[in-house]
Amino acid sequence: MAPEHHQFAQPQQDVDGDGDEYISDSGSDFNEQWIDWFLGIKGNEYFCDVDVDYILDKFNLTGLNTEVEKMSKVIDMITDGLDEEYEIGDKERDHLEANANKLYGLIHQRYIITTKGLNKMHLKYKNADFGYCYRVYCELQHLLPIGLSDHVGVSTVKLYCPKCEDIYNPKSSRHAQIDGAYFGTTFPGMFLQTFAAEVMPVHPVERYIPKIFGFNIHQYAKLARWQELQRNKQIKRLTESGINVANVMNGYNINPDGSPLKPPVVSSGSRSRMRSSRSDK
Amino acid sequence: MGENDSSDFETWISNFCSLYGHDYYVEVGQDFIEDDFNLTGLSSIVPYYKEALDFILDLEPEHEIKIKDQALVQQSAEVLYGLIHARYIITKPGAQLMNEKYSKGQFGCCPRYACNGSKLLPIGINDTPGVETVRLFCPDCFDLYLPTSSRYLNIDGAFFGSTFPGFFIKMYGLDNPNLRPSDDLKIFGFKIHEGSNVGSRMKWLRATPSTDEELREFDEVD
Repeated sequence: MAPEHHQFAQPQQDVDGDGDEYISDSGSDFNEQWIDWFLGIKGNEYFCDVDVDYILDKFNLTGLNTEVEKMSKVIDMITDGLDEEYEIGDKERDHLEANANKLYGLIHQRYIITTKGLNKMHLKYKNADFGYCYRVYCELQHLLPIGLSDHVGVSTVKLYCPKCEDIYNPKSSRHAQIDGAYFGTTFPGMFLQTFAAEVMPVHPVERYIPKIFGFNIHQYAKLARWQELQRNKQIKRLTESGINVANVMNGYNINPDGSPLKPPVVSSGSRSRMRSSRSDK
Repeated sequence: MGENDSSDFETWISNFCSLYGHDYYVEVGQDFIEDDFNLTGLSSIVPYYKEALDFILDLEPEHEIKIKDQALVQQSAEVLYGLIHARYIITKPGAQLMNEKYSKGQFGCCPRYACNGSKLLPIGINDTPGVETVRLFCPDCFDLYLPTSSRYLNIDGAFFGSTFPGFFIKMYGLDNPNLRPSDDLKIFGFKIHEGSNVGSRMKWLRATPSTDEELREFDEVD
Protein backbone atom coordinates (compact mmCIF):
# COMPACT_ATOMS: atom_id res chain seq x y z
CA MET A 1 0.00 0.00 0.00
CA ALA A 2 1.47 3.30 -1.23
CA PRO A 3 5.06 2.59 -0.37
CA GLU A 4 6.13 5.98 -1.65
CA HIS A 5 4.47 7.87 1.18
CA HIS A 6 7.78 9.10 2.49
CA GLN A 7 8.14 11.27 -0.56
CA PHE A 8 4.89 13.18 0.05
CA ALA A 9 5.98 15.98 2.29
CA GLN A 10 9.49 16.55 1.02
CA PRO A 11 8.80 18.31 -2.31
CA GLN A 12 5.98 20.35 -0.77
CA GLN A 13 8.39 22.08 1.52
CA ASP A 14 10.42 23.25 -1.43
CA VAL A 15 7.35 24.61 -3.16
CA ASP A 16 6.83 27.56 -0.88
CA GLY A 17 10.06 28.78 -2.36
CA ASP A 18 11.27 31.17 0.31
CA GLY A 19 14.69 29.68 -0.13
CA ASP A 20 14.88 28.37 3.40
CA GLU A 21 15.83 24.79 3.68
CA TYR A 22 14.02 22.78 6.22
CA ILE A 23 16.92 20.62 7.18
CA SER A 24 16.81 21.49 10.84
CA ASP A 25 13.03 21.16 11.14
CA SER A 26 12.53 18.13 8.98
CA GLY A 27 13.60 15.82 11.75
CA SER A 28 10.61 16.60 13.93
CA ASP A 29 8.20 16.87 10.99
CA PHE A 30 9.33 13.51 9.86
CA ASN A 31 8.45 11.94 13.17
CA GLU A 32 4.69 12.12 12.68
CA GLN A 33 4.67 11.18 9.04
CA TRP A 34 3.70 7.54 9.01
CA ILE A 35 0.82 8.17 11.41
CA ASP A 36 -0.34 11.24 9.49
CA TRP A 37 -0.23 9.28 6.29
CA PHE A 38 -2.16 6.43 7.88
CA LEU A 39 -4.82 8.72 9.32
CA GLY A 40 -5.20 10.43 5.95
CA ILE A 41 -6.14 7.26 4.11
CA LYS A 42 -9.79 7.24 3.10
CA GLY A 43 -11.69 4.97 5.44
CA ASN A 44 -9.38 5.55 8.42
CA GLU A 45 -11.42 8.48 9.73
CA TYR A 46 -12.40 6.58 12.88
CA PHE A 47 -8.80 6.42 14.14
CA CYS A 48 -7.25 9.11 16.30
CA ASP A 49 -3.54 9.85 16.36
CA VAL A 50 -1.59 7.93 18.96
CA ASP A 51 1.26 9.81 20.65
CA VAL A 52 4.67 8.63 19.52
CA ASP A 53 5.74 8.65 23.17
CA TYR A 54 3.01 6.15 23.93
CA ILE A 55 4.19 3.87 21.14
CA LEU A 56 7.82 4.13 22.17
CA ASP A 57 7.06 3.12 25.75
CA LYS A 58 7.62 -0.63 25.57
CA PHE A 59 5.38 -1.20 28.57
CA ASN A 60 2.35 -0.17 26.51
CA LEU A 61 3.14 -2.81 23.92
CA THR A 62 3.27 -5.73 26.32
CA GLY A 63 2.08 -8.90 24.63
CA LEU A 64 1.72 -7.42 21.18
CA ASN A 65 4.87 -9.14 19.91
CA THR A 66 2.89 -12.37 19.62
CA GLU A 67 0.39 -10.68 17.27
CA VAL A 68 2.81 -8.76 15.07
CA GLU A 69 5.83 -9.99 13.15
CA LYS A 70 9.14 -8.11 13.09
CA MET A 71 7.99 -5.96 15.95
CA SER A 72 11.00 -3.66 16.26
CA LYS A 73 11.16 -2.87 12.52
CA VAL A 74 7.44 -2.18 12.51
CA ILE A 75 7.73 0.18 15.47
CA ASP A 76 10.52 1.96 13.63
CA MET A 77 8.27 2.27 10.62
CA ILE A 78 5.35 3.74 12.56
CA THR A 79 7.56 6.21 14.37
CA ASP A 80 9.53 6.92 11.18
CA GLY A 81 12.72 5.72 12.76
CA LEU A 82 13.41 3.28 9.93
CA ASP A 83 16.99 3.59 8.81
CA GLU A 84 16.92 5.22 5.40
CA GLU A 85 20.05 3.39 4.34
CA TYR A 86 18.24 0.17 4.95
CA GLU A 87 17.19 -1.23 1.56
CA ILE A 88 13.91 -3.07 1.45
CA GLY A 89 12.12 -4.63 -1.47
CA ASP A 90 8.49 -3.98 -2.35
CA LYS A 91 7.44 -7.33 -1.01
CA GLU A 92 9.08 -6.79 2.31
CA ARG A 93 7.70 -3.26 2.49
CA ASP A 94 4.15 -4.50 1.88
CA HIS A 95 4.64 -7.08 4.58
CA LEU A 96 5.97 -4.47 6.99
CA GLU A 97 3.16 -2.11 6.04
CA ALA A 98 0.48 -4.70 6.80
CA ASN A 99 2.07 -5.41 10.15
CA ALA A 100 2.39 -1.70 10.85
CA ASN A 101 -1.36 -1.23 10.27
CA LYS A 102 -2.09 -4.09 12.61
CA LEU A 103 0.28 -2.88 15.30
CA TYR A 104 -1.04 0.67 15.07
CA GLY A 105 -4.57 -0.67 15.39
CA LEU A 106 -3.75 -2.73 18.44
CA ILE A 107 -1.90 0.13 20.10
CA HIS A 108 -4.86 2.31 19.21
CA GLN A 109 -7.18 -0.10 21.03
CA ARG A 110 -5.12 0.44 24.20
CA TYR A 111 -4.48 4.14 23.67
CA ILE A 112 -8.13 5.19 23.31
CA ILE A 113 -8.93 4.02 26.81
CA THR A 114 -6.18 6.18 28.33
CA THR A 115 -7.04 9.70 29.48
CA LYS A 116 -5.31 11.31 26.50
CA GLY A 117 -6.86 8.95 24.01
CA LEU A 118 -10.32 9.34 25.51
CA ASN A 119 -10.04 13.11 25.17
CA LYS A 120 -9.06 12.79 21.53
CA MET A 121 -11.96 10.44 20.88
CA HIS A 122 -14.27 12.85 22.71
CA LEU A 123 -13.42 15.53 20.16
CA LYS A 124 -14.09 13.14 17.33
CA TYR A 125 -17.37 12.11 18.96
CA LYS A 126 -18.48 15.73 19.28
CA ASN A 127 -17.58 16.16 15.62
CA ALA A 128 -19.76 13.15 14.77
CA ASP A 129 -16.78 11.54 13.01
CA PHE A 130 -18.35 8.15 13.73
CA GLY A 131 -21.69 9.13 12.24
CA TYR A 132 -25.22 9.40 13.54
CA CYS A 133 -27.64 6.74 14.77
CA TYR A 134 -29.94 5.58 11.98
CA ARG A 135 -32.83 4.95 14.34
CA VAL A 136 -35.51 7.56 13.82
CA TYR A 137 -36.32 8.01 17.53
CA CYS A 138 -32.64 8.53 18.41
CA GLU A 139 -32.77 11.86 16.56
CA LEU A 140 -29.28 11.81 15.08
CA GLN A 141 -27.50 10.74 18.25
CA HIS A 142 -23.72 10.60 17.68
CA LEU A 143 -22.27 7.10 17.58
CA LEU A 144 -19.16 5.48 19.08
CA PRO A 145 -16.97 2.80 17.50
CA ILE A 146 -16.95 -0.61 19.15
CA GLY A 147 -15.27 -3.94 18.51
CA LEU A 148 -17.10 -7.17 19.18
CA SER A 149 -13.81 -8.83 20.07
CA ASP A 150 -10.41 -7.67 21.28
CA HIS A 151 -8.66 -10.10 18.95
CA VAL A 152 -7.72 -9.32 15.36
CA GLY A 153 -9.65 -11.05 12.60
CA VAL A 154 -12.82 -11.87 14.53
CA SER A 155 -15.14 -9.13 13.33
CA THR A 156 -15.12 -5.70 11.79
CA VAL A 157 -15.79 -2.44 13.61
CA LYS A 158 -19.38 -1.65 14.62
CA LEU A 159 -21.02 1.46 15.98
CA TYR A 160 -22.64 1.84 19.39
CA CYS A 161 -25.50 4.24 20.04
CA PRO A 162 -25.58 5.48 23.65
CA LYS A 163 -29.23 6.46 23.26
CA CYS A 164 -30.83 3.18 22.18
CA GLU A 165 -27.88 1.11 23.48
CA ASP A 166 -27.73 -0.87 20.30
CA ILE A 167 -25.01 -1.85 17.85
CA TYR A 168 -25.12 -0.84 14.19
CA ASN A 169 -23.13 -1.52 11.06
CA PRO A 170 -21.13 1.39 9.62
CA LYS A 171 -22.75 3.02 6.61
CA SER A 172 -19.67 3.14 4.40
CA SER A 173 -18.19 -0.07 3.08
CA ARG A 174 -14.73 1.37 3.70
CA HIS A 175 -15.40 1.55 7.42
CA ALA A 176 -17.00 -1.88 7.31
CA GLN A 177 -13.57 -3.35 6.52
CA ILE A 178 -11.75 -2.05 9.57
CA ASP A 179 -10.99 -4.64 12.22
CA GLY A 180 -13.08 -4.20 15.36
CA ALA A 181 -10.11 -5.09 17.54
CA TYR A 182 -8.53 -1.74 16.67
CA PHE A 183 -11.20 -0.12 18.85
CA GLY A 184 -11.91 -2.91 21.27
CA THR A 185 -14.89 -3.97 23.34
CA THR A 186 -14.10 -1.72 26.31
CA PHE A 187 -13.93 1.65 24.60
CA PRO A 188 -17.60 2.79 24.56
CA GLY A 189 -18.21 1.79 28.18
CA MET A 190 -15.02 3.53 29.29
CA PHE A 191 -15.86 6.58 27.22
CA LEU A 192 -19.35 6.92 28.63
CA GLN A 193 -18.12 6.47 32.17
CA THR A 194 -15.45 9.11 31.72
CA PHE A 195 -17.68 11.71 30.10
CA ALA A 196 -20.98 10.64 31.66
CA ALA A 197 -21.92 14.13 32.80
CA GLU A 198 -21.46 15.48 29.28
CA VAL A 199 -22.54 12.73 26.94
CA MET A 200 -25.10 10.50 28.64
CA PRO A 201 -28.37 11.09 26.80
CA VAL A 202 -31.98 10.90 27.96
CA HIS A 203 -33.37 7.70 26.47
CA PRO A 204 -36.46 8.02 24.31
CA VAL A 205 -39.38 5.78 25.23
CA GLU A 206 -41.15 6.32 21.92
CA ARG A 207 -41.29 3.35 19.64
CA TYR A 208 -43.07 2.32 16.51
CA ILE A 209 -45.73 -0.36 16.20
CA PRO A 210 -46.68 -1.37 12.66
CA LYS A 211 -50.21 -0.38 11.74
CA ILE A 212 -52.76 -1.07 9.03
CA PHE A 213 -55.16 1.83 8.53
CA GLY A 214 -54.29 3.02 12.01
CA PHE A 215 -54.83 -0.32 13.73
CA ASN A 216 -51.88 -1.96 15.46
CA ILE A 217 -50.83 -5.37 14.21
CA HIS A 218 -51.44 -7.78 17.06
CA GLN A 219 -48.16 -9.74 17.26
CA TYR A 220 -46.12 -6.57 17.38
CA ALA A 221 -48.45 -4.73 19.72
CA LYS A 222 -48.40 -7.61 22.17
CA LEU A 223 -44.63 -7.82 22.25
CA ALA A 224 -44.42 -4.04 22.59
CA ARG A 225 -46.78 -4.16 25.57
CA TRP A 226 -44.67 -6.83 27.20
CA GLN A 227 -41.51 -4.80 26.55
CA GLU A 228 -43.11 -1.75 28.12
CA LEU A 229 -43.95 -3.88 31.12
CA GLN A 230 -40.25 -4.75 31.40
CA ARG A 231 -39.36 -1.07 31.18
CA ASN A 232 -41.83 -0.15 33.89
CA LYS A 233 -40.45 -2.90 36.10
CA GLN A 234 -36.96 -1.52 35.60
CA ILE A 235 -38.11 2.02 36.37
CA LYS A 236 -39.72 0.76 39.56
CA ARG A 237 -36.57 -1.16 40.51
CA LEU A 238 -34.36 1.87 39.92
CA THR A 239 -36.67 4.29 41.69
CA GLU A 240 -36.84 2.00 44.70
CA SER A 241 -33.05 1.98 44.94
CA GLY A 242 -33.07 5.77 44.90
CA ILE A 243 -32.20 6.48 41.28
CA ASN A 244 -34.27 9.15 39.57
CA VAL A 245 -35.00 8.28 35.94
CA ALA A 246 -37.59 10.91 35.04
CA ASN A 247 -36.07 13.08 32.35
CA VAL A 248 -32.50 13.12 33.65
CA MET A 249 -29.31 11.92 31.98
CA ASN A 250 -29.36 8.16 31.50
CA GLY A 251 -33.04 8.25 32.45
CA TYR A 252 -36.06 8.22 30.18
CA ASN A 253 -37.94 11.07 28.57
CA ILE A 254 -40.86 10.62 30.96
CA ASN A 255 -42.59 12.72 33.59
CA PRO A 256 -42.11 11.78 37.25
CA ASP A 257 -45.50 10.02 37.15
CA GLY A 258 -44.22 7.76 34.37
CA SER A 259 -46.18 9.28 31.48
CA PRO A 260 -44.11 9.97 28.36
CA LEU A 261 -42.97 13.53 27.77
CA LYS A 262 -43.87 15.06 24.47
CA PRO A 263 -40.92 14.38 22.20
CA PRO A 264 -38.81 17.48 21.53
CA VAL A 265 -39.26 19.04 18.11
CA VAL A 266 -35.56 19.55 17.47
CA SER A 267 -32.73 17.45 18.80
CA SER A 268 -30.91 20.47 20.21
CA GLY A 269 -33.92 20.99 22.45
CA SER A 270 -33.38 17.67 24.14
CA ARG A 271 -29.80 18.54 24.81
CA SER A 272 -30.54 21.84 26.51
CA ARG A 273 -33.24 20.14 28.52
CA MET A 274 -30.74 17.56 29.61
CA ARG A 275 -28.33 20.24 30.73
CA SER A 276 -30.93 22.08 32.76
CA SER A 277 -32.03 18.89 34.45
CA ARG A 278 -28.46 18.24 35.45
CA SER A 279 -28.04 21.62 37.07
CA ASP A 280 -31.22 20.97 39.05
CA LYS A 281 -29.56 18.17 40.95
CA MET B 1 -42.87 18.72 -29.80
CA GLY B 2 -44.58 16.66 -32.46
CA GLU B 3 -45.69 13.07 -32.43
CA ASN B 4 -43.26 10.53 -31.06
CA ASP B 5 -42.82 7.05 -32.38
CA SER B 6 -44.81 4.76 -30.13
CA SER B 7 -41.76 2.52 -29.81
CA ASP B 8 -39.45 5.00 -28.09
CA PHE B 9 -42.14 7.07 -26.38
CA GLU B 10 -41.43 7.22 -22.67
CA THR B 11 -44.47 7.81 -20.49
CA TRP B 12 -44.38 10.47 -17.80
CA ILE B 13 -44.68 7.73 -15.18
CA SER B 14 -41.76 5.62 -16.31
CA ASN B 15 -39.67 8.74 -16.76
CA PHE B 16 -40.56 9.89 -13.24
CA CYS B 17 -39.70 6.52 -11.72
CA SER B 18 -36.35 6.39 -13.47
CA LEU B 19 -35.16 9.75 -12.16
CA TYR B 20 -32.18 9.83 -9.82
CA GLY B 21 -33.26 8.96 -6.27
CA HIS B 22 -36.70 7.79 -7.37
CA ASP B 23 -35.84 4.11 -7.29
CA TYR B 24 -38.15 3.45 -4.32
CA TYR B 25 -41.17 4.15 -6.55
CA VAL B 26 -42.95 1.52 -8.64
CA GLU B 27 -44.82 2.31 -11.82
CA VAL B 28 -48.51 2.65 -11.08
CA GLY B 29 -50.69 0.87 -13.63
CA GLN B 30 -52.41 3.17 -16.11
CA ASP B 31 -55.79 1.50 -15.50
CA PHE B 32 -55.49 2.08 -11.76
CA ILE B 33 -55.12 5.82 -12.32
CA GLU B 34 -57.89 5.92 -14.91
CA ASP B 35 -60.39 4.46 -12.43
CA ASP B 36 -61.85 7.54 -10.75
CA PHE B 37 -62.84 5.52 -7.69
CA ASN B 38 -59.17 5.08 -6.79
CA LEU B 39 -58.65 8.83 -6.78
CA THR B 40 -61.49 9.69 -4.41
CA GLY B 41 -60.67 12.71 -2.29
CA LEU B 42 -57.37 13.57 -3.97
CA SER B 43 -58.84 16.47 -5.94
CA SER B 44 -59.27 18.43 -2.70
CA ILE B 45 -55.64 17.90 -1.63
CA VAL B 46 -53.80 18.57 -4.87
CA PRO B 47 -53.98 21.97 -6.61
CA TYR B 48 -54.31 21.95 -10.41
CA TYR B 49 -55.72 18.45 -9.97
CA LYS B 50 -57.14 18.02 -13.48
CA GLU B 51 -54.08 19.39 -15.25
CA ALA B 52 -51.80 17.31 -13.08
CA LEU B 53 -53.77 14.17 -13.82
CA ASP B 54 -53.55 14.83 -17.56
CA PHE B 55 -49.84 15.37 -17.15
CA ILE B 56 -49.38 11.99 -15.46
CA LEU B 57 -51.43 10.20 -18.09
CA ASP B 58 -49.60 12.00 -20.94
CA LEU B 59 -52.84 13.54 -22.21
CA GLU B 60 -52.97 16.84 -24.03
CA PRO B 61 -54.39 19.44 -21.62
CA GLU B 62 -57.91 20.64 -22.43
CA HIS B 63 -56.85 24.23 -21.99
CA GLU B 64 -53.42 25.56 -22.74
CA ILE B 65 -51.47 25.80 -19.46
CA LYS B 66 -49.99 29.25 -18.90
CA ILE B 67 -46.21 29.23 -18.80
CA LYS B 68 -46.09 30.63 -15.29
CA ASP B 69 -48.32 27.77 -14.10
CA GLN B 70 -46.33 25.01 -15.73
CA ALA B 71 -43.88 24.53 -12.88
CA LEU B 72 -46.78 24.40 -10.42
CA VAL B 73 -48.59 21.82 -12.49
CA GLN B 74 -45.43 19.74 -12.72
CA GLN B 75 -45.10 19.88 -8.94
CA SER B 76 -48.77 19.01 -8.46
CA ALA B 77 -48.34 16.07 -10.79
CA GLU B 78 -45.53 14.74 -8.60
CA VAL B 79 -47.60 15.07 -5.42
CA LEU B 80 -50.63 13.53 -7.10
CA TYR B 81 -48.55 10.66 -8.42
CA GLY B 82 -47.10 10.11 -4.96
CA LEU B 83 -50.51 9.98 -3.33
CA ILE B 84 -51.83 7.60 -5.98
CA HIS B 85 -48.65 5.56 -5.45
CA ALA B 86 -49.38 5.27 -1.71
CA ARG B 87 -52.82 3.84 -2.57
CA TYR B 88 -51.54 1.62 -5.36
CA ILE B 89 -48.89 -0.19 -3.30
CA ILE B 90 -51.55 -1.46 -0.91
CA THR B 91 -53.34 -3.23 -3.75
CA LYS B 92 -52.33 -6.68 -4.88
CA PRO B 93 -50.57 -5.71 -8.14
CA GLY B 94 -48.86 -2.80 -6.40
CA ALA B 95 -47.61 -4.95 -3.55
CA GLN B 96 -46.32 -7.48 -6.07
CA LEU B 97 -44.24 -4.81 -7.76
CA MET B 98 -42.96 -3.66 -4.36
CA ASN B 99 -42.13 -7.26 -3.53
CA GLU B 100 -39.86 -7.44 -6.56
CA LYS B 101 -37.94 -4.48 -5.21
CA TYR B 102 -38.04 -5.81 -1.66
CA SER B 103 -36.66 -9.22 -2.58
CA LYS B 104 -33.77 -7.55 -4.41
CA GLY B 105 -33.12 -5.52 -1.29
CA GLN B 106 -33.59 -2.23 -3.10
CA PHE B 107 -34.81 -0.47 0.02
CA GLY B 108 -31.63 -1.41 1.86
CA CYS B 109 -30.79 -3.60 4.83
CA CYS B 110 -31.40 -3.02 8.51
CA PRO B 111 -28.38 -1.16 9.92
CA ARG B 112 -28.80 -2.96 13.24
CA TYR B 113 -26.01 -5.51 13.63
CA ALA B 114 -28.17 -8.12 15.40
CA CYS B 115 -30.78 -8.01 12.60
CA ASN B 116 -28.16 -9.54 10.33
CA GLY B 117 -29.08 -7.60 7.20
CA SER B 118 -32.82 -8.15 7.13
CA LYS B 119 -34.45 -6.19 4.32
CA LEU B 120 -36.24 -2.93 4.93
CA LEU B 121 -39.52 -1.48 3.65
CA PRO B 122 -40.33 2.19 2.99
CA ILE B 123 -42.86 3.87 5.24
CA GLY B 124 -44.35 7.31 5.79
CA ILE B 125 -45.07 7.99 9.43
CA ASN B 126 -47.60 10.60 8.36
CA ASP B 127 -50.12 10.21 5.52
CA THR B 128 -50.35 13.94 4.82
CA PRO B 129 -47.90 15.17 2.19
CA GLY B 130 -45.25 17.64 3.30
CA VAL B 131 -44.94 16.49 6.92
CA GLU B 132 -42.26 13.78 7.07
CA THR B 133 -39.85 12.31 4.59
CA VAL B 134 -39.66 8.60 3.91
CA ARG B 135 -38.40 6.26 6.63
CA LEU B 136 -37.50 2.59 6.53
CA PHE B 137 -39.14 -0.17 8.53
CA CYS B 138 -37.44 -3.40 9.59
CA PRO B 139 -39.92 -6.30 10.00
CA ASP B 140 -37.53 -8.11 12.36
CA CYS B 141 -36.90 -5.46 15.00
CA PHE B 142 -40.00 -3.41 14.05
CA ASP B 143 -38.12 -0.19 14.30
CA LEU B 144 -37.78 2.79 12.00
CA TYR B 145 -34.53 3.93 10.42
CA LEU B 146 -33.37 6.80 8.27
CA PRO B 147 -32.35 5.98 4.70
CA THR B 148 -28.56 5.83 4.55
CA SER B 149 -28.30 7.80 1.34
CA SER B 150 -29.17 11.48 1.33
CA ARG B 151 -30.83 11.13 -2.06
CA TYR B 152 -33.89 9.64 -0.34
CA LEU B 153 -34.11 12.35 2.29
CA ASN B 154 -36.32 14.59 0.17
CA ILE B 155 -38.86 11.94 -0.74
CA ASP B 156 -42.18 12.53 0.98
CA GLY B 157 -43.24 9.75 3.34
CA ALA B 158 -46.88 10.23 2.42
CA PHE B 159 -46.05 8.79 -1.02
CA PHE B 160 -45.62 5.41 0.66
CA GLY B 161 -48.03 5.83 3.54
CA SER B 162 -48.23 4.50 7.06
CA THR B 163 -50.16 1.36 6.11
CA PHE B 164 -47.87 -0.06 3.45
CA PRO B 165 -45.33 -2.03 5.54
CA GLY B 166 -48.03 -3.51 7.78
CA PHE B 167 -50.08 -4.53 4.77
CA PHE B 168 -47.02 -5.91 3.02
CA ILE B 169 -45.75 -8.05 5.88
CA LYS B 170 -49.25 -9.43 6.44
CA MET B 171 -49.62 -10.26 2.77
CA TYR B 172 -46.25 -12.02 2.54
CA GLY B 173 -46.37 -13.66 5.97
CA LEU B 174 -43.42 -11.69 7.36
CA ASP B 175 -45.48 -10.39 10.25
CA ASN B 176 -43.53 -11.92 13.06
CA PRO B 177 -41.12 -9.90 15.14
CA ASN B 178 -37.80 -11.70 15.05
CA LEU B 179 -35.84 -9.82 17.66
CA ARG B 180 -32.32 -10.82 18.47
CA PRO B 181 -31.03 -8.90 21.47
CA SER B 182 -27.72 -7.07 21.22
CA ASP B 183 -24.72 -7.72 23.44
CA ASP B 184 -24.35 -5.82 26.69
CA LEU B 185 -21.75 -3.13 26.97
CA LYS B 186 -18.70 -4.39 28.86
CA ILE B 187 -15.61 -2.87 30.40
CA PHE B 188 -12.65 -5.28 30.42
CA GLY B 189 -15.18 -8.07 30.07
CA PHE B 190 -17.28 -6.98 33.04
CA LYS B 191 -20.91 -5.99 32.67
CA ILE B 192 -21.92 -2.55 33.89
CA HIS B 193 -24.31 -2.58 36.83
CA GLU B 194 -27.81 -1.29 36.19
CA GLY B 195 -27.50 1.20 39.05
CA SER B 196 -24.37 2.81 37.58
CA ASN B 197 -24.75 6.24 35.99
CA VAL B 198 -24.04 4.61 32.65
CA GLY B 199 -26.04 1.45 33.41
CA SER B 200 -28.25 -0.10 30.76
CA ARG B 201 -31.69 1.46 30.30
CA MET B 202 -32.85 0.28 26.90
CA LYS B 203 -32.72 -3.50 27.08
CA TRP B 204 -36.53 -3.63 27.03
CA LEU B 205 -36.56 -2.28 23.47
CA ARG B 206 -34.95 -5.43 22.07
CA ALA B 207 -36.15 -7.93 24.66
CA THR B 208 -38.18 -11.05 23.91
CA PRO B 209 -39.71 -13.32 26.53
CA SER B 210 -37.57 -16.42 27.02
CA THR B 211 -37.86 -17.79 30.56
CA ASP B 212 -41.03 -19.56 31.74
CA GLU B 213 -41.98 -16.65 33.92
CA GLU B 214 -41.53 -14.17 31.10
CA LEU B 215 -43.62 -16.29 28.77
CA ARG B 216 -46.40 -16.41 31.35
CA GLU B 217 -46.15 -12.64 31.69
CA PHE B 218 -46.28 -12.36 27.91
CA ASP B 219 -49.50 -14.39 27.74
CA GLU B 220 -51.05 -12.16 30.35
CA VAL B 221 -50.36 -8.76 28.82
CA ASP B 222 -53.38 -8.88 26.51
